[in-house]
Formats: sequence, structure tokens, C-alpha cells
Amino acid sequence: MTIGVTNRDDVLNAVDSAMERYGASRDELIPILNYLNHALGYLPAEALEEVSRRMRVPKSQLFSVASFYRMFSTKPRGRHVVQFCESAPCHVVGGRQVWQALQEALNLKSGETSPDGKWSLVTTSCLGVCGVGPVILIDDDIYGNVAPDQLTDILARYA
Amino acid sequence: MKYYRSHVLVCADPECLHKGAHDVLDSLQDELVAQGLNDEVQVLETSRLGGCSNGPEIMVYPEGVNYTGLTPDDMPYLVEEHFLKGRTVQKFITQTASFVDEELGAPKAKEVRVVLRNCGKIDPENIEDYIAEDGYLALAKVLTEMTPEKVIDEIIASGLRGRGGAGFSAGKKWSLARVVNETPKYLTCNADEGDPGAFMNRRVLEGDPHSVLEGMIIAAYCVGASRGYVYCRAEYPIAVRTLNIAIQQARALGLLGENILGTGFSFDLEVRKGAGAFVCGEETALIASIEGKRGEPRPRPPFPAQKGLWNKPTNNNNVETYANVPQIILKGASWYASMGTELSKGTKTFAIAGDVKNTGLIEVPLGITIREIVYDVGGGIKDDKGFKAVQIGGPMGGCLPAQHLDLPVDYASLLSAGAMMGSGGLVVMDDETCMVDIARYFMDFTQDESCGKCTPCRVGNRRILEILERICKGQGRDGDIETLEYLCQEIIATSLCGLGQGAPNPVVSTLKYFLDEYKAHIYEKRCPAKVCKALIRYDIEENVCTGCTVCARNCPVNAITGERRKTHVIDPDTCIRCGICMQVCNFNAVLVS
Repeated sequence: MTIGVTNRDDVLNAVDSAMERYGASRDELIPILNYLNHALGYLPAEALEEVSRRMRVPKSQLFSVASFYRMFSTKPRGRHVVQFCESAPCHVVGGRQVWQALQEALNLKSGETSPDGKWSLVTTSCLGVCGVGPVILIDDDIYGNVAPDQLTDILARYA
Repeated sequence: MKYYRSHVLVCADPECLHKGAHDVLDSLQDELVAQGLNDEVQVLETSRLGGCSNGPEIMVYPEGVNYTGLTPDDMPYLVEEHFLKGRTVQKFITQTASFVDEELGAPKAKEVRVVLRNCGKIDPENIEDYIAEDGYLALAKVLTEMTPEKVIDEIIASGLRGRGGAGFSAGKKWSLARVVNETPKYLTCNADEGDPGAFMNRRVLEGDPHSVLEGMIIAAYCVGASRGYVYCRAEYPIAVRTLNIAIQQARALGLLGENILGTGFSFDLEVRKGAGAFVCGEETALIASIEGKRGEPRPRPPFPAQKGLWNKPTNNNNVETYANVPQIILKGASWYASMGTELSKGTKTFAIAGDVKNTGLIEVPLGITIREIVYDVGGGIKDDKGFKAVQIGGPMGGCLPAQHLDLPVDYASLLSAGAMMGSGGLVVMDDETCMVDIARYFMDFTQDESCGKCTPCRVGNRRILEILERICKGQGRDGDIETLEYLCQEIIATSLCGLGQGAPNPVVSTLKYFLDEYKAHIYEKRCPAKVCKALIRYDIEENVCTGCTVCARNCPVNAITGERRKTHVIDPDTCIRCGICMQVCNFNAVLVS
């Protein structure tokens, strides 16, 4: 995951590589937005405008798609996104304590980004690894059987 | 070709060679010649067998015995014991650290594995492993010996019904798309398994992806589809990766793409990753999402079989449905139909969670009773508490009480009892569960996942949640139960898709079976299961409390007062009902009421 960029050149470069990879056709929109969201950390308005121009799809439709899916963010996110599984199977095996500890450790509430731009904290729908709950996902790394006292060690791995 | 009774594979990996694998091999061959066994036992060099950490090692088939840590001097004894006397030599068998699969253990009593048969057994990233387990044999049979009509007849005869929840006959669905006279046609696979706690499909995609691909290619042949999509949720990155590897390997062998197996039939497919929207598991929403739009459902008819992806005829089934297909073709419709009940054939995978001893994945024949699932397969309730209910069918399913323990698990019985098959989530609840709180939990999930397109689902389910939240806070009012019943009825009747229509189910079923609990919350301001925080209070029993002060010291809000060696008191107005005092008390003096 990269830093929340708003540099116009970076945005255009990312759109270029997304278009090159998937082609400018409408049915590739979600793969393209997935790519941009991953490359830029979120979907800046400039990126959506550029995609709209190249794909010849109205901006309104692009924004409506971008705001529909949970994994797309139209607001800048931290360098590392911590996702906590809020589903019942994780909840009943101690997820509530982990969630509490996570919010305290990061000093963030759900959906917030830290002022230094390092962390974003969000909840996620079931990740399907219920056998090893509670589960948290940091960027692309998944952690299972998480106990509150392990959080400091886990978070320390991220610079 | 010469036949041998036994085959020995000697690991010739650099690491084993370094440890003297060739000396072991020479000694083994000398000894076999000396014993006159060289015509009966074949010795081959092979690549890495195990970890090589304890090499040199050999593998002996057909027994599948792995001998490790061998020296040339061990060979005479090994040959005499194993190949002459037919006894395995325990001292050369290293006990590898037993690997515990927390999701899928060895089959338990009453389990029958059809869809999960290869999971954990084969290497999902190696197509040859799948082919060795009769993989793509069904496809070859279909393409070379059967007409599409005949395959459809076979699938109809097997009684296979859609495993995504609704349970429509898979064969009939295919024939609906087949008869539409329009091209191109599309095939989609619903791998958007979003029910919390349900991960059956993920396991199949990660453990046996080719079974899904093979089922899809067979379905494409029947429907006449030229292109397919697996719509996989983005929360499953490993499944997406495994599928992509499987597709590449199948293409490389001519099992996907142009002119499959030289029969002139062409079909190709790709994986489409979702972006986090539960409603995309609904087939019309899934189609919209593949088209690059908001994943919103649309009214049916027209059904996707007539107007699906890009308004072309489209067949959509879920992962488990497709994964069943190759086995049905290979073993026959009558074999499949011999399992299950009259109208619900075959097996079904479930993910059991909650207060049961063995949680994880299971696959059982349909028609098994809930009691058998909970007590025989699931091992019974944790900590030997009492059974209260089972929530079956995912967040839109229903809660069934103890009186339905002997209900057979099939599509019709579950529906008539107020639950549904769903995709296969199964949450077992013990007698310390509050059913109003459970209904509130599921409504919280579904109203959050509503796509917002139709009013009954967007607004109605929100209203239900608000009422339930009020009841759990002790602010229930006379008339709430009637309002809930009315709302449920209207939302079920008027919502656009399965999500809205199913969302009130947890409320409907708990109102039906646990009405007393609602009444206790509303009229007596009491939570019988002692779960709803606003409706319980903690008290310290006078003659039991020793005045040790441990509760007062641990209370986060200083709600407990009292002198040392005297009975302590909890101030109910300050108390936040966290329950810490109850946990820390060594004398069980804290009571909840």
C-alpha cells in the first residue's frame, strides 16, 4: 500500500497503467478501480475524472460505482489500512476485546485515519477464515487468533 | 509394459543426494537383486518427496509408506522386512508433526464428502493432482460421448439443486438457458460467498479449483455458452490466485479455450474480483457488477436465462453446484440421487460455528436431522450446556428451537419450519443466548448490506432494527410485537430481491418460537438469558461476600463500595454491566438478575 497521494502526475501514471492493463472498456471498470484504489490508497476525484474521460463514461456513474463498494474509498487513507472482521464468529471468540484494544492502540475509531497519515482503521465483512478468529487484516497481511496483548507487536511491524 | 507389485521412489533431490541418496539407491538395488526381487519391485529416482530434512528418503507404493533417514547399511534389513515379509519398518518412519487443520478435519461420523473430497488431499496448484483423482474425466466423457440434452437429463435425474440458497433444479436452469435462441451466451459462477461465518466455497476454490472449472465447462457445453466469469469476492485473495493458476493450467492443457480436447467446442473464462458488497451474491446484482456497474439487483423476470450479462442469455450457479457436476457425470445420476431425500438429493456442505464443540466445515447427506448435525457431527454443545436454537441459512435464515431438533435438513422442511437452506451457514446457540439480541444482530448486518435501491428493504429493515434496539435497551412498548409482525410481512412481500425478502426472517422465526422472550423484554423489562445490558443488574449476595475488595478494585467505573471484610454493594446507576466483578469474584458472590 502506498501513501495517500494527491500528486496529479502520480494519479495520471496510475490511470495510465490501469488502462494499459485492463483496457478502457466499461466492464473492466471494477478491476480498474480496484487497481487504482490499491495503487493510490484511495480513489481521488482526479483519478475518477480521468477514468471518466478515457472510458467515455459519465462522471456521475463513476462516482456512483466508486461509492457503492465497501472496498473503494473516496477519501484519503493512511499508509496502512487495518481492517477488523466484525462478523459473529469472530465476535464470539473474543473479537470485542480485540476491537477495543485495537481502537486504543491506534487511538482511532472505526473509519478514522490518524493525523500523521500512517493508519486507517475500518471494519470489514467476513473474511471467511472463521476457524482462526478473531481476525485482522493489515494491508494484505492477515492475522488470525489475535489476542489483545499481541497487537503492539503486530502493529510494530509496520513503518 | 511390465507390471510390478511394488514401486519405490527414491528422492534424488540435491539435498538428499548430498546426504548419500545414491549410495542408498545402489545398496537397495543390490539387495533386491540378491533377494531375487528385482522383477517384482521397481526402483525409480524422483524429485523432492518430503522435506528432505531427514534424507535420504524413499516412498514405497502401493502402501504409500515414507521411509526417512536411511543409510546403505539399512537396506538388507529393510528389503527383508518390507519386500520379503511384507511388514512396514516402523523405525524408519518419522512421525511428522501432526498438522491440525482448524477448518476441515478428517471426516466425522455421518459425513459424506463429495464436494470436499479433494480438499486438503491434492495440491490445488497442480492440475495433474486433480487429473490423478479422475479430474476432467467427466468433461472428456461429456464432450465425446454425450449430447448436451443427455447431460442435462442426467443432471435433472440426479436431483441436484442450486447450492447457493434458493435450491432451483440445476439441470432445469441449464435447459432454460439452452433453449433461448440467441448468441453469445454466458456462464457465471457465483463465488461471492458473503454470509458471515460461511466459508465452504472459499475452501473448495482454494482446495479444489479444478472441480469448479470442470463443472463450469460441462455446464457451458450444455447451455451453449462461449464465455464465463467466476465472480469471486475480493475478501478471498487466495481463492482468486488459486483460480487464476487453475485457469492457466487448464488452458495450457487444452481443457479451456478454443477447440477443447479437439472436439470443436470452445469456452473460456476469467475471474472477476468483487469490491466488497454483500448484495452482489444475488444473481442480477452479480451480473450488474461484472458489467462494471453498481451491484444493484433488478426485478425478475426477465430471468438471466433470457436476459443476463449484457442482456444475453446467462446461466448462473454457485461454486458448490458446479463442483458437484463432474462427480454426477462420472458416478451417475442414480448414485447421486441415492443420497438425500425425495426432493433434496445429494450432499451439502455447512460451516458450523457458535457454541458447538467441533466447529468448522462439514459435508453431510441432505435429510440428516439437525440433532445429528449438532450432536454427532458437531460433538454437542460446548461446556455441556443446553441447546437453545440453531440459526440456519445465513443472515437471512431463521432460528429453529429444540422442538425442531429432529427436523430433516432439506429444502422444503427448513422452509416450512421458518428457516432456509441458504448457502450453508449454521450457528449453534446455547441456552445463554438472548434471541432478541440475536435477531437484532442479524438485522444490523442485513440493513447495513442493503443496496438501498428499493424502499421496503432500505427503510423497512432499518425500522425493524430500531425497534429491536429499543427493546434490547429496555424501552420496548406495547404494540412493538404487532408492528414487527406487520413490517416483516410487508417487507417480505414487497422487496425486490432475496436480500430484502429474507432479511426479516430471523425476526419472524424468533417471534414464532421465542415470543416469550420478546414479551419478557417488553412487558417485564427482563432479559431471560441475561444478555441485554440494560435489562440486567449485578448484585452481591450478602452472606457469600467475604469483603475481600477484589471486585471493588477491578471495577472500571468504581460502582462498588464497601469496607474490607464486610459485604460490598454495587450501585446500579453507576454500573455499566461489564461483568468484570463476576469474573474476578473468587466466591461466586456476584449474581446477575
